[in-house]
Amino acid sequence: MIRKIGPIIGLGFVLVLLISLFMDLKASFESPAAATAEEEFHRHPKALHLASNGPLGHFDRQQLQRGFQVYKEVCAACHGLNLVAFRDLAALGYEEPEIKAIANQWAIEVPSVNPDTGEAATRKAVPADRFPNPYANETAARAANNNAYPPDLSLITKARHNGPAYVHSLLTGYSKQPAELLRKFPEAKTGAGLYYNPYFANLNIAMPPPLVSDGQVTYADGTKSTVDQMATDVAAFLTWTAEPKLESRNRYGWTVLIFLIAATILGYLSYRNIWASAKRKVRVTGVLEAENIAKSEAAKDQQGVAG
Amino acid sequence: MSFAWASPYEPKTELGRWFDQRLPLPRLVYGAVGGGYPVPRNLNYLWNFGVLAGLFLVIQIITGIVLAMHYYASADGAFNSVEHIMRNVNGGWALRYAHANGASFFFIVTYIHIFRSLFYCSYKAPREIIWMLGLVIYLLMMATAFMGYVLPWGQMSYWGAQVITGFFSAIPLVGEPIRVWLLGGFVPDQAALTRFFSLHYLLPFVIFGVVVLHIWALHIPGSSNPTGVDVQTEKDTLPFHPFYTAKDGWFAGLVLALFAAVMFFAPNALGHPDNYIPANGLSTPAHIVPEWYFLPFYAILKAFTVDFIVPAKLWGVVAMFGSILLLFFLSWLDRSPVRSGHYRPVFKRFFWVLVADVFVLGWAGGATPTPTVVAISQIATAYYFAHFLIILPLISKFERPLPMPSSITASVLHGEKEESAPYGLAKSAPAVAQ
Repeated sequence: MIRKIGPIIGLGFVLVLLISLFMDLKASFESPAAATAEEEFHRHPKALHLASNGPLGHFDRQQLQRGFQVYKEVCAACHGLNLVAFRDLAALGYEEPEIKAIANQWAIEVPSVNPDTGEAATRKAVPADRFPNPYANETAARAANNNAYPPDLSLITKARHNGPAYVHSLLTGYSKQPAELLRKFPEAKTGAGLYYNPYFANLNIAMPPPLVSDGQVTYADGTKSTVDQMATDVAAFLTWTAEPKLESRNRYGWTVLIFLIAATILGYLSYRNIWASAKRKVRVTGVLEAENIAKSEAAKDQQGVAG
Repeated sequence: MSFAWASPYEPKTELGRWFDQRLPLPRLVYGAVGGGYPVPRNLNYLWNFGVLAGLFLVIQIITGIVLAMHYYASADGAFNSVEHIMRNVNGGWALRYAHANGASFFFIVTYIHIFRSLFYCSYKAPREIIWMLGLVIYLLMMATAFMGYVLPWGQMSYWGAQVITGFFSAIPLVGEPIRVWLLGGFVPDQAALTRFFSLHYLLPFVIFGVVVLHIWALHIPGSSNPTGVDVQTEKDTLPFHPFYTAKDGWFAGLVLALFAAVMFFAPNALGHPDNYIPANGLSTPAHIVPEWYFLPFYAILKAFTVDFIVPAKLWGVVAMFGSILLLFFLSWLDRSPVRSGHYRPVFKRFFWVLVADVFVLGWAGGATPTPTVVAISQIATAYYFAHFLIILPLISKFERPLPMPSSITASVLHGEKEESAPYGLAKSAPAVAQ
């Protein structure tokens, strides 16, 4: 029964698939899909080396502080960081009074309630607060940004393929639209209020170039703040905001791995030991025969050799 | 349980005897995975993956229970509660990464376990029920994994839920009402999230129950083996403990080390970046893709593009479910009396074509659907169905199998005299130096 119905069903599926294949091929030969500007001009992020890369990765705290400074002075005007609290900055090497001062002087205040009237109000941030959002809501954000919504940056390096490199490339990748692109795809001309950036998925991003000139941020540690340096530092900082436990993850990883490898080796040896009796028995011959062992012992005794 | 020579449980202490007379639980364990379960002596390492699947089920249940203590199944709060686990719960990042990557490893070991059964034809008599229970476990795993992926309520969670529940709307007439009823709304929202969480917590325990049945059914005929020849005498077997506990033990250590390497050093490599963006019903991701372990089925779903009699979508959904359902009938589709692929020269070739075909389907399921990719997935899908429904019955009719060893013991000898090999003999008359 099953052997009769089975092949019929099988042939049915194969038939429908072949019809699908034929129709699709016919359609794609008759009207081949036109190439798009994104397919030809989109670029993958440039390689970016950060101290946090790889299984031995760790954070360069000096760099994170610089990246935080770039975020504070440039990005924070439009982008929130709502999964990170001021107190978390201790991981960057800031002391408690510094964190208190950073929270207290933060340009955006935290929403609160007027204790006397119950009306909506704002207050200065304290270390326990998360970074306050720059806009009250998405509508306000879009209204202020030509209908574009600046995404929250807490997880941005995990929410994009090859995140840290993407952030760095995007920030340094603004350019004039290539003449070749305009020639091939005149309809793909960058629109008003948009900026050409080959690292952005659809090539035209609503964010104006945020890092425009060397020295835009004056680093406290004296590092020269080129555009590339600022982009690298902020990418490092956003790697930390997305994965603050990266260092302990790597540390635990090695501990667990070394333990498991040791346990596996011991387990393997005991497996060999247990199976020794189940595998083929080797008949004891040659030097291992009791007779020959006795002879060699006697010879050793005669010559006074130990062991 | 399975063979006459299986050693009965003998309590070693007075307390053990007292307990055994009242509740023979140690006796049950001894017969299931102890010295009382005789196992063919010639199993290779592919037979380790059933135990490994059980191990990952336990890892998933334990990490999952603790994660559920911190997770908050709310459309507004689920995403942030997962980030709360990652940032503020002690060791929360380890729990979540273990759970997310544990699901992937659960599927890896299960796929190897399934393909081992396909090569050694473990679905044939007398093991049909074991095979079918295994398929039930696999279907439950797929449901559980899908619902688990929805819980973080990221973009892929949301749109994955949208696509998968959309399958039901392919059913003629009643499809759309069923979809709305299952979701508790017109789009995935709080009602869907709450019920997915409830079922995601329930189904692993259902899986556990079916695993018990799977192992129970296994202990009736006993484990299959690489020759496919039935166990005949005590010489063909070894007690599960200590022989296979030792073999499973060290190999589990090795696989756990691989798991740890992925979980600690590349925890997001098997996930999709879009799931770190909170769910947004107004913004569809450029490419909606399921987790990697569903990609072959996703390719089958998308391969049907023609409204032939019924809509293409219905063809795709029927084919996708059919691709698993047909496996329930394998025992009757493949009628060759020979089990092991080692002695089936034609079957062996087609088996490896099937393995390659499934990898191609997996690739096509994740690739951007250009006309070339769609064409490849159509050919690969056609082969998948042809393999099981047409080629396999034909092979079993026309293939001439190779000569097989007379027994398991004979197969492990490499030209030596029989007395030099078997454990049973070696134990009773140990070789003494002369």
